[in-house]
Amino acid sequence: MSTLAQKKGFGATLWDYLTTVDHKKIAILYLIAGGFFFLVGGLEAMVIRIQLAIPNNDFVSAGFYNEVLTMHGTTMIFLAAMPLVFAFMNAVMPLQIGARDVAFPFVNALGFWLFFFGGVFLNMSWFLGGAPDAGWTSYASLALESPTNGIDFYALGLQISGAGTLMGGINFLVTIINMRAPGMTYMRMPMFTWSTFVTSALILFAFPPLTVGLFLMIFDRMFGSNFFDASAGGNTIIWEHLFWIFGHPEVYILILPAFGIFSEIFAIFSRKRLFGYSSMVFATVLIGFLGFMVWAHHMFTTGLGPIANAIFAVATMAIGVPTGIKIFNWLFTMWGGSITFTTPMLYAIAFIPSFVMGGVTGIMVASAAADYQFHDTYFVVAHFHYVIVGGVVFAILAGTHLYWPKMFGTMLNEFLGKITFWLFLIGFHLTFFIQHFLGVWGMPRRIFTFLPDQGFETSNMVSTIGAFFMAVAVIVMLINVIMTSIKNERVGNDPWGDGRTLEWSIPSPPPFYNFKQLPLVRGLDAYWIEKMDGKKGMTPAEPLGDIHMPNSSFVPVVISFGLFVAAFGAVGIGDKEAYGIPVLVIGFLITFGSMFFRSVKDDHGFHIHKEDLMNDDDKGGKA
Amino acid sequence: MKRLMNWRLYSLLIMLTLILAGCGKPYLSTLTPAGEVAQIQYDLMKLSTLIMVGVIAVVTIIFVIVVMKFRRKDDRIPKQVEGSHTLEIIWTTIPILLLLILAIPTVAATFKLADVSEMDQVNEDGKRDALVVNVRANLYWWEFEYPDLGIITGQELVVPTDQKVYFNLKASDVKHSFWIPAVGGKLDTNTDNINKFWLKFDSDKSEEAGGLFYGKCAELCGPSHAFMDFKVKAVSKDEFKQWSTAMQNADEQQPTTDLAQAGQDIFNKSCIGCHAVTPIDGRPEAARTAPNLATFGERSRIAGILEHSEKDLKNWLANPETYKPGNKMTGTYNELKPEQLDALTEYLMSLKVME
Repeated sequence: MSTLAQKKGFGATLWDYLTTVDHKKIAILYLIAGGFFFLVGGLEAMVIRIQLAIPNNDFVSAGFYNEVLTMHGTTMIFLAAMPLVFAFMNAVMPLQIGARDVAFPFVNALGFWLFFFGGVFLNMSWFLGGAPDAGWTSYASLALESPTNGIDFYALGLQISGAGTLMGGINFLVTIINMRAPGMTYMRMPMFTWSTFVTSALILFAFPPLTVGLFLMIFDRMFGSNFFDASAGGNTIIWEHLFWIFGHPEVYILILPAFGIFSEIFAIFSRKRLFGYSSMVFATVLIGFLGFMVWAHHMFTTGLGPIANAIFAVATMAIGVPTGIKIFNWLFTMWGGSITFTTPMLYAIAFIPSFVMGGVTGIMVASAAADYQFHDTYFVVAHFHYVIVGGVVFAILAGTHLYWPKMFGTMLNEFLGKITFWLFLIGFHLTFFIQHFLGVWGMPRRIFTFLPDQGFETSNMVSTIGAFFMAVAVIVMLINVIMTSIKNERVGNDPWGDGRTLEWSIPSPPPFYNFKQLPLVRGLDAYWIEKMDGKKGMTPAEPLGDIHMPNSSFVPVVISFGLFVAAFGAVGIGDKEAYGIPVLVIGFLITFGSMFFRSVKDDHGFHIHKEDLMNDDDKGGKA
Repeated sequence: MKRLMNWRLYSLLIMLTLILAGCGKPYLSTLTPAGEVAQIQYDLMKLSTLIMVGVIAVVTIIFVIVVMKFRRKDDRIPKQVEGSHTLEIIWTTIPILLLLILAIPTVAATFKLADVSEMDQVNEDGKRDALVVNVRANLYWWEFEYPDLGIITGQELVVPTDQKVYFNLKASDVKHSFWIPAVGGKLDTNTDNINKFWLKFDSDKSEEAGGLFYGKCAELCGPSHAFMDFKVKAVSKDEFKQWSTAMQNADEQQPTTDLAQAGQDIFNKSCIGCHAVTPIDGRPEAARTAPNLATFGERSRIAGILEHSEKDLKNWLANPETYKPGNKMTGTYNELKPEQLDALTEYLMSLKVME
């Protein structure tokens, strides 16, 4: 088999990744791209914290600061956290349900490249006149007022990358519904798969409102369509609604996979099955459902009136209940268990108090009348960083350590991993805990500097020092990744020793077809059940046979690149530049041309023959 | 782990102490409520904090026990527990009850703070008794119009203590948000509609805060969002009456010195197109594109942020862009020579309504 692992040159490897439709390689692409944008967003965070270290600082100018704060939020949410979460979903979910790939491998690759080109396009704004500067929420009145092209890059870039995310979500949904191995009923699915499932459903319903909002914004800026111009009969509050109808579920799109990863970690490193599995599933679904009912709590001060505010306040508080259920279930998963403190487990353990902090302040800001004080202050900044860093980023770091061996076949160094953990944990609390107080002492968020004599000096300095701890932690992590990759000590199927789900029953990394024979699933924690029965691996559910695999394709890159080009044309049209329309047309021609090519050229994939599989014993993959 | 836990408990303790002690500045902090609205909100904060500290305590206790007691000691496989219905019911019901305890006062307060019915009530004479202020937020400055009194101020809001003051809020360019932290939570000034709410300024607390509260813009509105501050002078009802009468009767002020006269000449050439110098500005809103300067000599800050001194005023006039990037005044007048700055400063500082 040409695609089986062989030593390849750099060019060949690059081409392999550019054309791959293999979910495991796409996962690596998401990890690299998301990791890169995470560093970019982190750098932006450092600029923010340095600027705010002392009052009246002039490290950066006011206008540039607004660009940095906008891009920090936008990058971290859309280009770092989501892709990194997608990396784990891609890498692990198909393995967990015993599938050979996702349902639509081609679309999977297309989703990645759309995200990638959208992200690159957004960041091109830095070099082409200025980045967006109206905050990641890009409230319409300010966004339409913005003099540079930044907002155009924001709207178009997110549109492209959002299309990729939407495709990814639909793909995961179809995969989970259709491609579970024999015996893998819904209520036997690992928690991470469940959270992927609910998250994908959220993506399916949350991204269309954003798409609509962004299109209206693009039309307003390109053609002067006045959807959001109050003086011409438009309404800016509509943007707020559209944005938050997307924006609030987005928070759960990020946090649910984090919950999933931690659920796996608690079970593995406590050597115990997840406590209250069915209530965990129920809580996940309920959080996903309620997540759509609460968006207006971001708009308590917009002036929606007491009835709306009261309803949304109570609905928001209700989310605390299923979240609380989860916290206690995790604690009781560990209760009576046999806990080892590996790096992933340290993150999981630190996640509980950190996330509870973010959760309780979430209830506090849900109290509408009190939120009039919290809203748009550093209290809110502290709250959502406790949730997103203490929840999502911890999960991503934990997941990186947990799944690194499964993705790359080698373990990250535990010692360096623990150094990263402690530095990050201390830095995180140092940075954000004090910000709760800054907020209630009267410091609004998104200010590029503050005047002395308001009682903000010491606390801001403390916060900045904390940020440096986190920066050092990330650098240590990078060193860890590099050292691990150079050493490249290979590991077996189940490097942590206590793997419970199907992904740990096959080699690390798995062969490109994942399972030689689809496994028979006999219950929750399928691999654990077999291990406890004294078996070495899964019982096959089918005789050894030919495996149908998709061909690699360069078309996803071309389709995405076409939209990337077209977006430049769209910016040009907004500026009334002559090149605008031709570039837009060329871009669309590339996109639709390659789609047409893909449609007319039949690609039936290929078969791995039974004989080749039998000769491939050392590659394992034996179900 | 143990150190970590101690540290956590310690920070929790600090949090409580700080909240109870009410840290922060009395003219700015939401933890030193200086009026009914802020008090209601502060009470809600305390209630929610109390409940949440309880929740954190329970989680922390279980957490510590788990992490201490169930470390791996040998290679045995622990019992695989499926779950527990009793426990599930407990940790579903108790949070619901706790949330109800918080939800009821939240809903009550939300309705109370939104009650502006008095704004529409009129007495036998067909006038309303309530004091109403129209707040108009503009890129980096605030206008306060007292529609029933027929007067306008810029940057500095003057209010009587111990009575409800009602506000009509709107923005004339982009969205801003009107916030006086020590006196009550914020409400956005939208470009689309008028938002209404009320605040009450407590006389004792206002004295403690030095009679001057800090107000802020809380919604990102552009480069100088950080500098879009305003100040609130809370005075007794009698003083407010005196002040408003003086404002209503303020004539066009005539310069008393030659220098001020020279300043007025410059002002009338370069500034009067936007800035009014009388509190009774009859122009329509759209024409009032800059702060009213009638009380400039009595203000506590220049441009809402700089110290109220001649030096700062000259700096500001010479180069406003340095102090408020992106402001709308930069570049609307020719560069001022030092003697022109002196004259303008003399004139502006002489603008007062209270003698």
